[in-house]
Amino acid sequence: MNRVFRLGLARGGVELRQTLTTGQDVFGYLLPALLLLGTLVLMRGSTVPGTEIALGAHTFVSSLGMLTVIAGVMTMAQYLAMDREDGTLLRAKATPDGMSGYLIGKSVLVAGVSVISCLVVLPGAFLVAGGLEFDAAGAFTLLWLVPLAFLSTMPFGAMLGSLFDNVRTLSLLMLPIFGLVGISGIFYPITALPGWLQGVAQLFPMYWLGLGLRSALLPDALVVAELGDSWRHTRTFLMLGIWSVAGLALAPGVLRRMARRESGSAVAARRERAMTRMGV
Amino acid sequence: MSYGPKEVLAGIDFTASRGEVLVLLGPNGAGKSTTIEILEGFRHRSAGHVRVLGVDPASGDERWRARIGVVLQSWRDHSKWHVRELLHHLGGYYAAYSTAERRRPWPVDQLLEVVGLAGQAGTRIVRLSGGQRRRLDVAIGIVGRPEMLFLDEPTVGFDPEARREFHDLVHRLTDVEETTVLLTTHDLDEAEKLADRILILAGGRIVAGGSADELAREVAGETEVRWTQDGRRFVHSATDATSFVRGLFQQHGEAIGGLEVRPSSLEETYMKLVREAEGSAR
Repeated sequence: MNRVFRLGLARGGVELRQTLTTGQDVFGYLLPALLLLGTLVLMRGSTVPGTEIALGAHTFVSSLGMLTVIAGVMTMAQYLAMDREDGTLLRAKATPDGMSGYLIGKSVLVAGVSVISCLVVLPGAFLVAGGLEFDAAGAFTLLWLVPLAFLSTMPFGAMLGSLFDNVRTLSLLMLPIFGLVGISGIFYPITALPGWLQGVAQLFPMYWLGLGLRSALLPDALVVAELGDSWRHTRTFLMLGIWSVAGLALAPGVLRRMARRESGSAVAARRERAMTRMGV
Repeated sequence: MSYGPKEVLAGIDFTASRGEVLVLLGPNGAGKSTTIEILEGFRHRSAGHVRVLGVDPASGDERWRARIGVVLQSWRDHSKWHVRELLHHLGGYYAAYSTAERRRPWPVDQLLEVVGLAGQAGTRIVRLSGGQRRRLDVAIGIVGRPEMLFLDEPTVGFDPEARREFHDLVHRLTDVEETTVLLTTHDLDEAEKLADRILILAGGRIVAGGSADELAREVAGETEVRWTQDGRRFVHSATDATSFVRGLFQQHGEAIGGLEVRPSSLEETYMKLVREAEGSAR
């Protein structure tokens, strides 16, 4: 297993290098960063209600949670759908232990992409420098939060990617994700929302990731802008844990089902459909 | 094997022995790809007994997978990878399945040489020409030194030289590596050159099987006899051409000229068998 893991790591490394040398991909990572920086500039002067701390700092940290969810779910799903369409997945199936190597590689790639998405928004940190605070307790929080961030999102991304037959339909998934961004307290504290929307937001990982990151990277005084005036670490751990366990329990079955149905003629049929769409 | 309510394959019954090249020949929709996908373990069958290297492909594990090589009709995967990089990576999966008599994987540089891609080792796969891409597919198919290799329409898009090199490669695989090869093709000439045995599929059934010579003999009345007599040209198809010609001379003697006796080519045999099969299906 160690051997397959190494192959998967190598695979993820190669694909990470490829994406970083592809102009279109790099633009895809830079665009959200630029939009975020614009937003932060517009937010200069505003503070989080009830505190002296810049609203920009709150938004900056929360949006790291948003980017992680988008990478874990959307990017993962898109890669899988793309790889199914061009036969990469079938190739993995034709190789001994190839499927395991493929999934490990993809996880490495998505984790890498997610870290990169967060790194490119870092210049934003200078815009909100005054509002950030990072200490040993914060570092400890990140230690359990970051793995949970990946575990609670990637299995669902992989499952969604295996359910949708083409990349175009998949982009519709962006709509509910943007909806979640709107209600998860990313760009404004969640306490400003009506109670029932707060309830909906708290069902999904995005809110909890944002909350966890805020607890790790922002001054404790900001806790007054959170529900129940608490960082709720235990709840965060539990909610993300439940999503992780559910994802890890469901994903192997769903992915196996998808893999079973892969064959040369299935790939050819999908390709034909894609061609017809382009022709119309 | 049925596929939805329609039965696609029936009466497909054959065995291949070690180092043999078996060619599945047939028109589109004859069931060639379905057959090969069942054998590769990529498609489940509704009924029937199938063993590949002693294992039912439907339940073949990774160890079995490592002994099989697969080249499908149209790969477009890994387009951003470089040729050597991908072969090196995919070869890595086979290292654990190396045995004393079969060292896996095939060393990349040697493999590139064998398939004629040494000059493209550092090329991005998306930049390869159609024929080069096909050679890469073959290279990936054999990187694990398979004991059994499946090739689905391997030479589509090859120029005559590449085709000839590919045929040499197949012979090398069967002679040196003792690989058993099952390949599908439309190309009769290719079937005749490569096959130890040809199976002709039509309408989901094997309508004939044997070496190219045997197949030609199997089709009755196919030998064509042409001659001239009194300045007129005659054509006759005879089952037993020898006795027909003997009779011809006994009857007309010196009057016979310009005699030609042409045994049917594989192409004629093939056309006749496929027409018969499709006629009986209607």
